[in-house]
Amino acid sequence: MKKNLAAWLCLLPALAFLLVFMVYPLVDVFIYSFEEGYNFASQSYFGVGLYNYNYVLHDPYFIQALKNTFIIVIITVPLSTGIALLISLELSKIRHIRNFFQTVYFLPYVTNTLAVGLVFMILFKKTPYSNGLVNILIQFFGGKGVDFIDGPYWAKMFVMCFYTIWIVMPFKILILTSALASVNPMYYKAAKVDNTSPFRTFYKITLPMISPMVFYLVITGFIGAFKAYSDEVALFGTDLNAAGMNTIVGYVYDMLYGNSGGYPSFASAAALMLFAIVFTITTINLMVSRKTVFYN
Amino acid sequence: MKIVFEHLTKRFPNRNKRIKDEVVAVSDFNFTIPDGKLVGLLGPSGCGKSTALNLICGLEKPTEGRIYFEDLDVTDLEPENRGVGLVFQNYALYPHLTVRQNIRFPLENLRGDKKLSKEEMEEKVQAAAKLVQIEALLDRKPNEMSGGQQQRVAIARALVKVPKVLLLDEPLSNLDARLRLKTREEIKRIQVQTGITTVFVTHDQEEAMSISDMIVVMKDGVLQQMGRPQEVYDEPENLFVAMFLGTPQINVFKGAIKGEKVYIGDEAVMDAKGAADREVFVAVRPEGFIVDPNGPLSCTFINREVMGRDTSVIASHALFEGENIRAIIPSEEDVTPVNGIVRFALKPFKVKLFDSISEERIRIKS
Repeated sequence: MKKNLAAWLCLLPALAFLLVFMVYPLVDVFIYSFEEGYNFASQSYFGVGLYNYNYVLHDPYFIQALKNTFIIVIITVPLSTGIALLISLELSKIRHIRNFFQTVYFLPYVTNTLAVGLVFMILFKKTPYSNGLVNILIQFFGGKGVDFIDGPYWAKMFVMCFYTIWIVMPFKILILTSALASVNPMYYKAAKVDNTSPFRTFYKITLPMISPMVFYLVITGFIGAFKAYSDEVALFGTDLNAAGMNTIVGYVYDMLYGNSGGYPSFASAAALMLFAIVFTITTINLMVSRKTVFYN
Repeated sequence: MKIVFEHLTKRFPNRNKRIKDEVVAVSDFNFTIPDGKLVGLLGPSGCGKSTALNLICGLEKPTEGRIYFEDLDVTDLEPENRGVGLVFQNYALYPHLTVRQNIRFPLENLRGDKKLSKEEMEEKVQAAAKLVQIEALLDRKPNEMSGGQQQRVAIARALVKVPKVLLLDEPLSNLDARLRLKTREEIKRIQVQTGITTVFVTHDQEEAMSISDMIVVMKDGVLQQMGRPQEVYDEPENLFVAMFLGTPQINVFKGAIKGEKVYIGDEAVMDAKGAADREVFVAVRPEGFIVDPNGPLSCTFINREVMGRDTSVIASHALFEGENIRAIIPSEEDVTPVNGIVRFALKPFKVKLFDSISEERIRIKS
C-alpha cells in the first residue's frame, strides 16, 4: 500500500468520480427498489419489502414492455449481425469502389436517430388521405395496405425491428470489414492451394479468425437491444404504452417522468430486473464464447 | 514429375502508377526441372524467384508462356487442381486449429471418390507426422511450438495429400542459424525419402548449394545459370553468378589480357593461352590464393583472421573491386608480410576471367 501510494493518489480523482456518479446511484437504485412508496419530495416511504417487484411484475404495461424488448432482441441481434457479416464479406471482395460503399453503409451511423425515425414514419405510415411509399409498393404488387405506424401489432413490430436493424448495421459493418481486412491473406492462399471450398474457407478459417469481433458485436448488440428506447420514441412518439410498443427502459422512464410518473420505487425495481436479465444473458454469452471464440 | 517452362514471362504493372514501365519479374524462362530432384531457386531479393514459385503453384498467372507438368499443360489450371503442396515463408498454419487439424485440413477437402474415412485420414496424418517427426506434438496449437516445429508441421500439411510437386518459399529464413542447418538436412531427408519433385526458393546461396541437386540462379527476372551446385560454383558463366555463389565472396580485380598473359596492374599473374587482348575482370576464389614470397601478385597486408581450420588473410590492392581482399589459406601456412606487402601466387583453376563490359566468362585453354 505504501509503495503504491502515489498510484492511488493519481487514481483518486477518477475513483471519487466513479464512486459518486456510478456506485452511489447503483446502490441507491437497489435501495429504492425495496422501499415501498418512496417519495422524492418528502424523502419518505411506508415500508421495506418486495412489493415494488410484485407490482411491476403484475403491471400489464411492464409485461408488454418485457415482451416487446425480448422480441426486438431476439429478432434484431442475430439478423443484424448476420446481414452485417454478409455485407462485409461482399465489401471485402470488391476493390474499386469499396470506399464509396463503405461510406454509404456508414451513413446511417452519423445520422440523427430522430431524423431517421421521421423518414421511416413517412415511408411506412398510412392515413386515410395518403399512403407511404411502402404501402404504395404493396398495393402496386396487389397487396393490401397496412399502417405500420398506427396499425396492427405485428406491423408495428415489423417496422420496429426493421428500423433497429438498419440503425445498428453500420457500426457492425465497420467493425467486421476491419476484422476481415486484418485476416492475413496467406491463410486464404494456403486454403486455395489445398482446394478448400469457399464455404469451408469461410466457416473454418474466416469465421474463427474474426470470432472475437463477432462475439464483441453479439455482446454489445444484446446489451444495446435490451436498452432500446430512443428508437421506439423516434417511430411511435413518447406515449409508447398507448402504442403498445414500450420497452423496459421506456417503462422505467415513464415510471419516473411520464404522464403517470413519479414512482421511483417501481422504476428502480424494473431497472434492476432489466439489469438481472442483461447480466444473465451476458453471462450465457461469455460461457458460450469460451468454446467458440478463438483469441490469437 | 518434371516441370517444363516454355517462354514463361510474368510482368506486373508498376506500383507507381505514373511510371508506365511494367516490372518484369520473370523473363522468358525456358528450362526443365527434372523429376524427383530437389531444386533451389536462388537469387538476391526482388529477383523474381518467389514469383516463379507462385507461377508453378498457380497463385500467379503468367503473362506469356506455358508451364507443363510432364506433358500436361497446367498454365490455365487453378492452384487447387494442380496437385501441388506449398509451404509458405511464414508457414501459414491456421492458428486456431491443432497440429492434427492443420495436417488433416487438406484431406478434409477431398470430395467424390477421393473422399477419405476418418480412419484413413488419421492414418495419413500419422504417416505425415512421422515423416517430419512431430508425432508427439499433434495436439498442440501452432503458437505453442518453436519455429522449427511449425516449419515441420507446414511441410507435413503440404505432403499429407501426396502432391506431385512440393514448393517451399524461403523455408529456412525464419529459423535461427543452428536450426537452419538442422532443418535443411531434414528437408533433404524428406525429399529423398518421398522422391517428390521439390522446388525451394532462397536468397541464401549456402543453403541452396548445400542441399540442392540442382540450382537455378536468377537476377532481375532473368535466368543466369542452372546446373549442379558444384558445376555452377566452378564454372560460373558470368560475373554475377561468380560473385553470388561462395562465401567469402570471390575476389574481383580489374585487369587485362595482354600477349596471352593476365595482368593485374603491371604484374602478370597467370597465363591465358589463346585469349585475345582485352580488358577483363579477374575473379579469384578465396581458396585460390597461395602465399608465396616470390608470387606475382603483391597486395598490401592488412590483417590475418585465425579460424582454426584455416586462416583468412585480409589485404588490399589498388585495382581490387570492393573493400578488401580475403584469401583463405591452410592454417599451417605462415604469412610474413615484407614491408607491409604480402605476395600471392594464384591457382589457375580458381581464377575466372570475365569480359569487362559484358561481364561474360572468358574461357582460356589450360
